[in-house]
This record gives sequence, C-alpha cells and structure tokens, in this order.
Amino acid sequence: MSTNSQKYRNSFLKEVEANVEEGEWVKMCMQCGVCAGSCPLGKHWDHPPQEIFMMIRAGKREEVLTSDSMWMCTSCYNCIARCPRGLPITHIMHGLATYAKRLGLAPKNQPTQGFSQLFWDNLMKKGRVNELKMGLSMYFKDGFAQGVKNAMANQKLGQNMMKAKRMNAMEIIGGHGVKNPGDLAKIIKKAQEIEDGNIQDFS
Amino acid sequence: MAKIELSFYPGCSSQTGASSSNYLVSAQTMCEELDITLNEIPDWNCCGASIGYGGGGELPRLTLSARNIALSEEHNAGQEIVATCAACWLSTREAKERLAEDEQMFKDANTALAEGGLRYKGEVGVRHMVEVLIEDIGFDAIKEKVKKPLEGIKIAGYVGCQTNRPFGIAGESFENPQYLDKIVEAVGADSIPTYEKKVQCCGGALAFSEPEKSQEMIHGIIEAAYDNGADMIVTPCPLCQANVEIYQDQINETYGTKFDMPVVYYSTLMSVAFGRNAKDAALNGHIIKAKKLEEIANK
Repeated sequence: MSTNSQKYRNSFLKEVEANVEEGEWVKMCMQCGVCAGSCPLGKHWDHPPQEIFMMIRAGKREEVLTSDSMWMCTSCYNCIARCPRGLPITHIMHGLATYAKRLGLAPKNQPTQGFSQLFWDNLMKKGRVNELKMGLSMYFKDGFAQGVKNAMANQKLGQNMMKAKRMNAMEIIGGHGVKNPGDLAKIIKKAQEIEDGNIQDFS
Repeated sequence: MAKIELSFYPGCSSQTGASSSNYLVSAQTMCEELDITLNEIPDWNCCGASIGYGGGGELPRLTLSARNIALSEEHNAGQEIVATCAACWLSTREAKERLAEDEQMFKDANTALAEGGLRYKGEVGVRHMVEVLIEDIGFDAIKEKVKKPLEGIKIAGYVGCQTNRPFGIAGESFENPQYLDKIVEAVGADSIPTYEKKVQCCGGALAFSEPEKSQEMIHGIIEAAYDNGADMIVTPCPLCQANVEIYQDQINETYGTKFDMPVVYYSTLMSVAFGRNAKDAALNGHIIKAKKLEEIANK
C-alpha cells in the first residue's frame, strides 16, 4: 500500500482490515443493500451488513463493535450467495463479532454470543460435541432456578428425543470423543497463540 | 454400478445417541444398496460447525478441519472425503479453500498441527453425500435400484441453507435448486417443485439461542409444506431435520397450529424405496412418525 492511501484511510477501517477475518473486503461494499434484504433475521438487526460496512468506513468504531447485530447471523450464507461483488459477508460478520468479543466490547447478554462460547468449550473438552451437556449448560446458563424452569419447559422435547434414541442420558458421564483430547487441545492452543500474536494494536 | 470408496466424515450429531443418529443409519443402508464403501476418518474431531466462530475465532476453527483432512490424507490416502452433515461439509471445504488461498494461514495451521504430529497437505476433494449421488451415481441409477416405489406420497424438498450455500451443488442454482425434487421423483414419490420455502433458513444453531426468532421461520417452512399439500418434508441437513421436526409441539402452542409433519432424510426415502426394512431406514428415529413410509417398509 502506498503512503498516500494509508494517509487517507481512516484508522478503524485499517484496524478492521488488519484484525478482522476477511476484513480487507469491507471497502468493496457498494451499498446496494441486497444483503440486508436477504438476511433471514435481518428485521431484528439494528444495523444490516451494508450499514455496518458504511459505519466502519465512517470510523464509527464503538457503535459497530458494541452492536448485537452481527451476533444474530444464522450462517445461512444467503448474503454471500447474493452479494454482487462477492464479499464474504457471513465471515466478516463472524469476524467482527469475535473481534468485538476479544476487545471486551460485545454486548454481554447477547444469547448467541453465550451459546457460541458454550458450544466451543463443549467441543474442546473431548474433541466432539456432547449434545446432552450442551443442552443442559444452555438451560442452566442463567443459574439453577432458571435452569430447572427451562428444563421443565423442554421436558417433553427431551423425552421425545430419548424415545427416538437421539438423546442419551449416559452422555452425562461419558460421551463420545477423540482418543487423546490433550493432543487436540495442544494443537488448538498453538493455533490460538498464533492468532493472538497476529492481532495489531490500534488502541 | 461401479464400486465407490470414500473417506467418511460422519460428524458429532450422527453418533450413537445423538440428534441425527438416524441419518447415519439410513445413509449407511443407502450406501450398502448403492455399493458405496464408507471408510470413517480415524479419530475425527468436531468441525466447529458455524456457531463455533464465537469461541474459536478463525485459525483455531480452520485448524479443527485441517486436522480431519490431515488424518484422512494419512489414513485414507487417495480417497475423497465425504460428509453427510451440511455443516461438516461446509466447514471442511471452507477450511480447505481458505488454506489454499492464504499461504500464511496454511503455514500457521501446519505449525499448530505439528504439535500433534500431523501434517496438512490439502490435496484431497471434500464432497457432500448428495454430490456423490448426483454426480457419481445419477438419478437414473437410483431409479433402477427402486424395488418399492413411494407411490402416492407427496414430499416437499427442503434443501435448507448449508447444503446449498455458499458452495452449492454443481449445475444447481442457489435460489431454486432442483436435485432434491429429482431424488423424490426417482424413488417414485411426487415432488413439489413450487415449494417456496425450499431454501429458507431454519435458524440453524440459533434455534437454541434465539428460539422465538427461529421458530417463526420454522413455522413458515412447515406451513408452506401443508399449503402445498405435502405428506412429509425431506431434507439433506441434520440440523434442518431436527429443527423442523422437534419443535412442532412448541410451535403449535405458540401459533395455535396443529402441525404433525414428518421430516425425513433423502437417505430415509431411498432406504425404504430400495426395499429395506423400517429399522434399516431408521424410521424409529423420528419423533413424528413417517407413517406412509412405515406402511411401505412393513409391506
């Protein structure tokens, strides 16, 4: 990049380009709004993707990173399939969400943020997802009393799944996994270290 | 029919006692009939699905899939990887493409994998089972295998998201894919090409975290199936299957509907049509029984 272009590009856009997954694509958005119209949960977003992209270019760092919009991405890939300029929008939304979380700016009570962390922690324990424990930890994320309430509300669903042999109470003590979860943990820890080391400081 | 041998990535939800264990049983039955041998990738791990992004970030997530590909390249050398789960397929193929495009990412993933004594090359193909059916087997060959045509059953082909986008199936459009309807026709049932919710999102993982928002979409998917006169819905995706089937009680309570719509896999249809029994087709794995399929299977 030439000195001139660096001089005129605002620092939040540079930050996104450096630190956010597929962030270098943000400048390519042409503001057509097809992504906004294609998003299945779009009506719940405060800022649809094309607005987020414009806000990044306008340097609205806090408004973007504290937004709960990106966390409502269902990963349906409609926006990617339809974007006339081929922006990998789904990945940019995921990237912005995780970057906001890394900086401690993501909205704390956003339910999908909590669930995605539960999911990751669950899979990292044994290398494979334990659906029973994942379901229970989701029910009990807001404390014991709420957990019992949630579990009661979904009791019939659980019974149905057990009857169809698609949920197994024994998973609570054992469960599926890779042979050596410690080895997998070492691999992923290394990947995490490399990723952390690649983050540039813009503060 | 030529014998096909593939390196198989079954995925977490397919395991015994997990939410799509019935998908695995019917897919195995289907493959037996089509002379497809599935060699499981030894010691495979979770792909992180899509929702794992919030905990895993980019490189750790891609490294999960790189480990599976590396294991496949080592133990099932020369065999293409096939997944039955949409998210497994998407994550694995996405990792392969990202690591091919980005040299630094390729090196970083290998640095991480070296901690476990593995090396990623990324030279192997990553396919979804429906690609194998369409491209290697073909609709005509499927039709030839049918012993009990699913006559008189009207089936809405619900393709969903991740089997369809962003990679999709070669020769099919993102907005109006036809292959599921062609499979329905090949097994002797009636397809509904005008099923307008065929690529509508079911909420995916957000069915757990944002149930009201997701169930509103699932409601639409089932309602459209009824409006089109469907007896059941068929899908290639384990999460679509679960989301559209298991919340119907809750949706009925919220919306005052009386939904009781079976949701099955393409492999369920094929197992029954190929003459296998209800157990081999894993019909017992459904919460809402596919009675019309049970009748044919028990004949």
